[in-house]
Amino acid sequence: MARGKLYFKHEDCKGCALCVEFCPQKILALDKENINPKGYNLIKVLEPERCIACAFCAIMCPDSVITVERVPA
Amino acid sequence: MKTIVYQKSKGLTDAQLSYCPGCTHGIVHKLVSEALVELDVLDKAVGIASVGCSVLSYNFFNCDMVQAAHGRACAVATGIKRARPEAIVFSYQGDGDLASIGIAETIHAANRGENLTVIFINNAIYGMTGGQMAPTTLLGQKTTTSPLGRDSKLHGLPIRIAEIFSEIPRAVFVERVSVHNPRAVRNAKKAILKAFRNQIEARGFSLVEVLSTCPVNWGMTPVEALRWVEQEMMAYYPVKTFRDGDADEKA
Amino acid sequence: MKKILMKGNEAIARAAILGGLDAFFGYPITPQNEIPEYLSKHLPKMGKVFVQAESETAAINMVYGAAAAGARTMTTSSSPGIALMQEGISYLCGSELPCVLVNVMRGGPGLGGIQPSQADYYQITRGGGNGDYRVLSFAPENLQETVDLMKEAFDIADFYRNPVMIAVDGLIGQMMETVDLHREKPKRELPDKDWAACGSGKKRLVNSLYLDPAELERHNFRLFEKYRMMEENEQRYELVKMEEAEFAIVAYGTMARIARSALELLEEAGVKTGLIKPISLWPFPKKAFSELPASLKGLLVAELSLGQMLDDVKIANEGRLPIAFFGRTGGMLPEPEEIAEAVLKMKAEASQ
Repeated sequence: MARGKLYFKHEDCKGCALCVEFCPQKILALDKENINPKGYNLIKVLEPERCIACAFCAIMCPDSVITVERVPA
Repeated sequence: MKTIVYQKSKGLTDAQLSYCPGCTHGIVHKLVSEALVELDVLDKAVGIASVGCSVLSYNFFNCDMVQAAHGRACAVATGIKRARPEAIVFSYQGDGDLASIGIAETIHAANRGENLTVIFINNAIYGMTGGQMAPTTLLGQKTTTSPLGRDSKLHGLPIRIAEIFSEIPRAVFVERVSVHNPRAVRNAKKAILKAFRNQIEARGFSLVEVLSTCPVNWGMTPVEALRWVEQEMMAYYPVKTFRDGDADEKA
Repeated sequence: MKKILMKGNEAIARAAILGGLDAFFGYPITPQNEIPEYLSKHLPKMGKVFVQAESETAAINMVYGAAAAGARTMTTSSSPGIALMQEGISYLCGSELPCVLVNVMRGGPGLGGIQPSQADYYQITRGGGNGDYRVLSFAPENLQETVDLMKEAFDIADFYRNPVMIAVDGLIGQMMETVDLHREKPKRELPDKDWAACGSGKKRLVNSLYLDPAELERHNFRLFEKYRMMEENEQRYELVKMEEAEFAIVAYGTMARIARSALELLEEAGVKTGLIKPISLWPFPKKAFSELPASLKGLLVAELSLGQMLDDVKIANEGRLPIAFFGRTGGMLPEPEEIAEAVLKMKAEASQ
């Protein structure tokens, strides 16, 4: 099973949570404690080790916030 | 060596998008940019920024951009393409710009078989001006100028652009797509790639209608808006290929 | 050089080609149809662009596109068609795009008529579009002047990065006259089009939207610097028999041509009358009014309208001389005698 690592350009995030909705592993969530300079809630990865590098989150992100790297298992 | 499976396209500038949270303009901007980069025509591209939320796309697409008067993008694109045929010219228009004030320019550009790529964003509403009814607004859909919901007796029926354009012989490629989930986004990208490839191979006029959201003016969350596209919009606007193939000269 | 007999509209089309026309976009409307007809025959053979658009609104926006891409481009129309182009013209000025517009004027308002008129003077000089902008506009009197201005128009447009309008009327468009197509045109140092959005790969932007008001004001100040230069350098006019003149007729285009005959009638009647003939409509030739002979007792403004250039003459005159107006409109052309009588009436009233 491929493994993935996510990088976020948080200052561009608008907290729209489309990534949260479409992550098949359900490991993304809005971080209620942290906001970016524009005042939007950031995204946090609940269980990074369960990311499968499918990039659904990045595909659905309107603002190109997420970079997805496939890492060896 | 890192294997990056997904990253921001080089066809986009560093500017932050001005669109509302969850607005699918952002997704379609990525697909257009990725297509221009993958087909290696980014440097030869000229984009027409029509009037609407996406007028500011001239800050986001990383190629030459020309801002056109409301509704006239396809006429401006015609002028550019005819004068500089080697440029890859695309117009990016919302439903107010293309389906309302600019429908004549768009139909005639198709009818002349202009070698252009038109990206048509159908979000069933006027976004930039604050949520008014558009020709594509669905029956019963409430907007700031159809407060009781669109009524066919008063406002006619929502206009089906892809169907109309499929009747135009020199429109060599007409497809309606959606971006309401990753699979749909992938299909949308295939269609956009094809629409640009058609232009590169000088085959004529291509139009891709993209069912899109307007969370703020629909009064929905971004996720609810995507569901509304799937349940309501796709019921009335079928997602499929309407025309694909060389224009039959004789028809 | 060799002169040939040509129809006005065809001479305009021929001169445009000689002026370096790359791309033409137009729409049928009487009385200018021979221009697109001529160009539809000749441009394709030269590998140049000819498109008949679906409307004048589309045509002017095609011009906008071709100009944005750096081509020498033009459209021609007539009064109501030019009215449909006003928004596009405002965009062309706002985006600083060079192009040539030819208006073969016909009677108005509304559908009006198809006979000659000068009733678009306000629309040409004040602009029918939105915002502070100016269109450099010239009104030739005969086919030779029309041809010479047409050939020069593309250079002037490129020099200032602004639309240039050549305003004639149905008579000039439809009449035949001998013209020399190959007279030398003035040389101009033309800037390189390093702004053209032609697929340059340099992220160029052609645009007139400035949401930040401070930026839009700075943009307007820059445009106005250009318009001030135009006012300084592009005022064109002709003075005819003005020395020791007792009266002067102020008229342009076809009305100026008729006025020349009135000058002779007035001379026979012992009233020395001259002609001040504006060639540039905007900038209005104020300079012509700062060097008038002391002998002058009054100005008769004569137009194929009910008085539009009249305003500019009054402004330039600054109350110095009495001004009277003579106009025919709707496509009616006056006899020279009618203009002469208007001057004689002025003289009679002046002596009471």
